[in-house]
Amino acid sequence: MRATAEREEARAARLMAAPALAGLALFLALPFALAVGLSFTDLRLGAPRPPTFVGLAQYAGALADPRFQRALVNNLVFAAVVVPVQTACALGLALLLHGRLRGRALYRAAFFLPVVFPMALVAVLWTLLYAPGPEGPVNRALSLLTLGRWSPRDFLHDPAWALPAIMAVSVWQGVGFQMVILLAGLQGIPRRLHEAAALDGAGPLRRFLHVTLPGLRNPLAFTALVTTVLAFRLFDQVRIMTRGGPAGATTTAVHEIFETAYVRGQLARASAMTVIFFLAVLGITLAQRRLAAHRRWEA
Amino acid sequence: MRRGGRAAGLVRHAALAALAAVYLYPVALMVVGSLKPDASVLPELATWRGLFPERVSLQNYRDVLARVDFLRYLASSAWIAAATVALGLAVNAPAGYALARLRWRARRRALAFVLALLVIPFEAVAVPLLYQVSWLGWRDTYTAQILPFAASAFSIYLFYSFFLDLPRSLEEAARVDGAGPLRAFLLVALPNARPALATCAVLTFLAQWGSFLWPLMVTSGERVRPLPVALAAFHTLPPLAWGDILAFAVMMVAPVVVLFLLFQRWFVEGMAWTGARG
Repeated sequence: MRATAEREEARAARLMAAPALAGLALFLALPFALAVGLSFTDLRLGAPRPPTFVGLAQYAGALADPRFQRALVNNLVFAAVVVPVQTACALGLALLLHGRLRGRALYRAAFFLPVVFPMALVAVLWTLLYAPGPEGPVNRALSLLTLGRWSPRDFLHDPAWALPAIMAVSVWQGVGFQMVILLAGLQGIPRRLHEAAALDGAGPLRRFLHVTLPGLRNPLAFTALVTTVLAFRLFDQVRIMTRGGPAGATTTAVHEIFETAYVRGQLARASAMTVIFFLAVLGITLAQRRLAAHRRWEA
Repeated sequence: MRRGGRAAGLVRHAALAALAAVYLYPVALMVVGSLKPDASVLPELATWRGLFPERVSLQNYRDVLARVDFLRYLASSAWIAAATVALGLAVNAPAGYALARLRWRARRRALAFVLALLVIPFEAVAVPLLYQVSWLGWRDTYTAQILPFAASAFSIYLFYSFFLDLPRSLEEAARVDGAGPLRAFLLVALPNARPALATCAVLTFLAQWGSFLWPLMVTSGERVRPLPVALAAFHTLPPLAWGDILAFAVMMVAPVVVLFLLFQRWFVEGMAWTGARG
């Protein structure tokens, strides 16, 4: 009697899990294994002869490719700037919205709205905002802020300004996502901790440093991780706004993978780049998890 | 945190209102620009006429519908998103339940498999998946844009952690009454899983509605092309008419914004909940 029930449960479980597990195996695990396998060959799209084994040659080629090197550096710079800036902005907004406030849902919706916008749309809209010449709104705003000392420039075709321009777009689109998570984190900090700290004579700044920030440790670690990984997956804005230019100033790992595989048909080389890209993302994920775990252990 | 005083409240409101105005200024320019004559969009963009136009008309919207097959792109995007959401819920919810609640021999290994796949971003499989999909003859199909995204390690994990936290007592009552595991899932666990279902649906929908890299790789013609790829193409289609481009953008985002305003709770809480779980 019991044995039949157990067998029935196991059968139901396999039935319920099978479709999703099969999908993951077929469309995630298999292509990933394929990427690793192909990266050791010389496969090209439409090549007449079958691929041969070339060892680590594709990895050597990818890492020696100045455009791919540039792409990896751009990803790093992008993450190094966007993660702290976006986190600081999101934290500021969350603190402003936290606590009793009439119309809070409205403000929250305002800052969250761009999160639901497709990135392609955001990229096209900001291409217009970055219009060169004094009629471009960004040029106009900077001119007003500097009391006319700003000379209008063509942000997206300027090697020094193209990457910062794309960073600003990404922060604009993503800050609401972080804000919502940090706001939920703030609401999870028990009020009595603040009250106890205030009784001990701690001012607002000390309460922020010793109560608020430690209480936000997990949401901050999570949003930092998600934003860093997103910085490495950067593609849509770059493709639409600059196509990686000018002269590679805004190219990214995924953009190079796309160009190499899709435009040049070098599937094996692109697979090696894919594996390098994956290892970078994996490294960041593991490093950040370890950091978060470490801090949790200390506390 | 206590914040005293009416003055402090006013300062806070003023700061928030100013920030929100600056923040939404690009969105306002988009909407207003879509209603203005093409020739005056860019020259007047940074002036007060950018927000308060002399005349408004729907001409740009008519132009978009005449210049490209917008309704076809819209239908493609809607079908791809809806089908992925439906399939995703149908396969990921039971998988999460089986991993969280049922006893079966391969459970631990299956869970490890899902957790390991969680760290593989889609971009890391795009190239070989294109190879695979071409081999299957699925290029330029809806199938290629739907099926690979139905099963999701993230959604399974989301359901898994939701069902782990759900009190067992309800299902146990049903099981005592003689319901099998499948019935307990369908009739007891699933109706109580609305937050997880809504979160999963919203996140899948947003990801598919905004998807760009994959449809760019896998579609070459107009037939199954979704909105983001169509917008990128329209943006470079001569003659450059910013009014038309903005009208296209407004029509593309309107359905998402309506959904967002209707189901704001699920959008915001879903993301916050994911954050708390992470």
